[in-house]
Amino acid sequence: MNLDARIPAGPIQHKWDEHRFSMKLVNPANKRRFDIIVVGSGLAGGSAAATLGELGYNVKCFFFQDSPRRAHSIAAQGGINAAKNYRNDGDSIQRLFYDTVKGGDYRAREANVYRLAQISVEIIDQCVAQGVPFAREYGGLLDTRSFGGAQVSRTFYARGQTGQQLLLGAYQALERQVDTGKVLLYPRHEMVDVVVVDGRAAGIVVRNLVTGEIESHAAHAVVLATGGYSNVFFLSTNAKGSNVTAIWRAHRRGALFANPCYTQIHPTCIPPSGEHQSKLTLMSESLRNDGRVWVPRDPGDDRSPDRIPESDRDYFLERKYPAFGNLVPRDVASRNLKEVVDSDRGVGPRRNGVYLDFSDAMRRLGRKAIEDRYGNLFEMYDRITGEDPYTVPMRIYPAPHYTMGGLWVDYDLQSTIPGLFVIGEANFSDHGANRLGASALMQGLADGYFVLPATISHYLADKLGTDRPSAEHPAFREVEGEARDRLRRLLSVNGDRSVDSLHRELGRICWDYCGMSRNRVGLEKAIGEIQALRADYWRRVRVLGSNEELNQSLEKANRVADFMEMAELMCRDALRREESCGGHFREEHQTPDGEAQRDDDNFMHVSAWEWRGPGAEPVEHREELTFEHVKPSQRSYK
Amino acid sequence: MINLTLQVWRQPSPDAEGRFVTYEARDIDPDMSFLELLDVLNEDLLARGEDPIAFDHDCREGICGMCGVMINGRAHGPLPATTTCQLHMRHFNDGDTIRVEPWRAAPFPVIKDLVVDRSSLDRIIAAGGYISVNTGSAPDANEVPVARSDAEAAMDAAACIGCGACVAACPNGAAQLFTASKVAHLARLPQGQPERYRRAIDMVAQMDAEGFGTCTNHGECSVACPKAIPLDVIALMNRDFFKAQFKASV
Repeated sequence: MNLDARIPAGPIQHKWDEHRFSMKLVNPANKRRFDIIVVGSGLAGGSAAATLGELGYNVKCFFFQDSPRRAHSIAAQGGINAAKNYRNDGDSIQRLFYDTVKGGDYRAREANVYRLAQISVEIIDQCVAQGVPFAREYGGLLDTRSFGGAQVSRTFYARGQTGQQLLLGAYQALERQVDTGKVLLYPRHEMVDVVVVDGRAAGIVVRNLVTGEIESHAAHAVVLATGGYSNVFFLSTNAKGSNVTAIWRAHRRGALFANPCYTQIHPTCIPPSGEHQSKLTLMSESLRNDGRVWVPRDPGDDRSPDRIPESDRDYFLERKYPAFGNLVPRDVASRNLKEVVDSDRGVGPRRNGVYLDFSDAMRRLGRKAIEDRYGNLFEMYDRITGEDPYTVPMRIYPAPHYTMGGLWVDYDLQSTIPGLFVIGEANFSDHGANRLGASALMQGLADGYFVLPATISHYLADKLGTDRPSAEHPAFREVEGEARDRLRRLLSVNGDRSVDSLHRELGRICWDYCGMSRNRVGLEKAIGEIQALRADYWRRVRVLGSNEELNQSLEKANRVADFMEMAELMCRDALRREESCGGHFREEHQTPDGEAQRDDDNFMHVSAWEWRGPGAEPVEHREELTFEHVKPSQRSYK
Repeated sequence: MINLTLQVWRQPSPDAEGRFVTYEARDIDPDMSFLELLDVLNEDLLARGEDPIAFDHDCREGICGMCGVMINGRAHGPLPATTTCQLHMRHFNDGDTIRVEPWRAAPFPVIKDLVVDRSSLDRIIAAGGYISVNTGSAPDANEVPVARSDAEAAMDAAACIGCGACVAACPNGAAQLFTASKVAHLARLPQGQPERYRRAIDMVAQMDAEGFGTCTNHGECSVACPKAIPLDVIALMNRDFFKAQFKASV
């Protein structure tokens, strides 16, 4: 298979402009002749569906929640990056581009990242015009703050609810198109498969989650905006419903899955409190602007934090990384947190966290300033832990948060199945091996508002006047049948274990062997255990009730079945990548002082995996990466 | 660890008759969230071969607006400014009896057990809860300064998560707080001015068409609101709606 990213020729600064000029257009009167399916209603899917509707296409938007506003983008707290340079602190498109490529540990595609940095500027304009209430300075102009991995202040924010406000902007734009009739919403509908006819995406098969009905929907193009797969770890910061099914089913139909081992473990989450834990809660990275991370200097020190004098504390991030201090990128911070907890210096009742302490900032700025900046985050922490972070330091520990891997796409965001586009976290994206804070919102909206609407028109332009397969096509019948069979199978096992207990076990394997640090022995063990658990799953899972009703156990069972397959691919990819880069840390490959050691000679490529059938080994294809503008170097934040 | 008695509303389908069913919940960790309590109960039910309780939830961090049940007659339970997923069992006592039921309002029909259909709220937004600006047509973000106090006041209203607790708490089943929070969010920003009065009229009309009740100033909505949205947004909406009647241009 030839993996051609189809990166336009010319200087990097002009690639996107030139490409937009060279792409074919669909004239306004002809747009209504095209039907487009968008799966997912988050920042990427919501903004894409709204924009495609504005352009005049007929759009159907599917999502498993009850309203498009629920998508998990809503939970992003900290902010969105843009190279506006309103602060005059030396920011530029070039610098955002550079920071993102470096932050991704030189495993992203330069041309995509440059485009992302260019578009970042327009996103802020668009969102302000929609009424997103970004934080302002007293003069009425936009405020910004700093985020990890950058030395400029380029992160725009709306209190600790930036994702919510950006999503509501996209949601409102989407509802406006619903009102005009250009977009049809399908709430409580889950995509269970994609249908490919003559090598092109022809539509999808969905399950109506209220009635259990299996329905087919045909279109000229299909857009997947279904987010990431962090829930493969069971415990993650993702919403409970976030799942891999849409992209995994597409993978099984021919879309290559790129870099599945690139997972981001976010350093600032609330540590688990017990066995009942159903999810982990993130505390915004912005807290690291003013909070200082520390643990007791000596292992086993169980004094309460106020009784540990300065001299007995270890501010380990500030000590090891003087230039970036507490604001080192996420992968670096997470690994260091794990290291101190593993060396028996963890704090809290389960000794499974580190302190994030605001007392210095409160002395310096006053309690009021801290309340203004982080009030809602402190409240949330108090609510969950029962501790007041204004008086007792917060406790944090890393948790799975974001997945840089996803379906492989070319420069036009098209997968290896023509007509199947993948946007937002669901694609393998612009973040390389590690995403910088406040860049997920930027990428989701860049893809949805600006990139996809341009590139999908180019794809559609030469389909004008040709018939597309209808939902009556036999291929749809066949896929519907397979979906029904699978649901029937899940219902008929009637075993002795709940979906959650099996999912928890899968998560434990992934976390132990394919989490913050990985090694050959562990990964090989994990693959064996996952295979055994997967076989067990189909023998022991217990799902009650029927398909023809709202059946939440069945929904979960269908999603976890895909995680059981996907998890193995993640471990295989981690095993194959014999280097450390970004979020992928192989213990065998580290520098003498314990930092990630890349191997640019052998691994400067994207690994894109091809499905070869159940039980068969997947095949790896490679897209070589070249760096013409940012010279790869050992990433240093010291 | 605490022991609790739960009385949970069970209703197999929209048209079926519902009833309360009593369950005993043993050895509940006070650090659990209310939804984790339901998780644990559901695992027990499954092991006994009984149908688990259906309830809506997603982010479990208080922002998606998907969860929400009446707990002892109060929307999202006893704590102020708290969603059901952020309510922890440390706020209950050993031996308590807790009654759990779905939102009750005609425009929120029950789908199953504790799950209701809130698409009526989306239709209120579709009727005018937006600023009409197509992608790509925006001026530079700093072109129009917004006074910090205006931005903050807009954000106060924009914090609504669309959970529907305000409707469930209202004795009249009114959606005033939900609707007004969007009207106020946009009316407090310069970008929202051109459509300001049209928006108030259209959103109120849709609210009425959906069958929500009439606001008679009980204020229960704001008390139940997990984001503590104040009643002043309703005053603003009423004023805008009233002014709109005299504007020829809307």
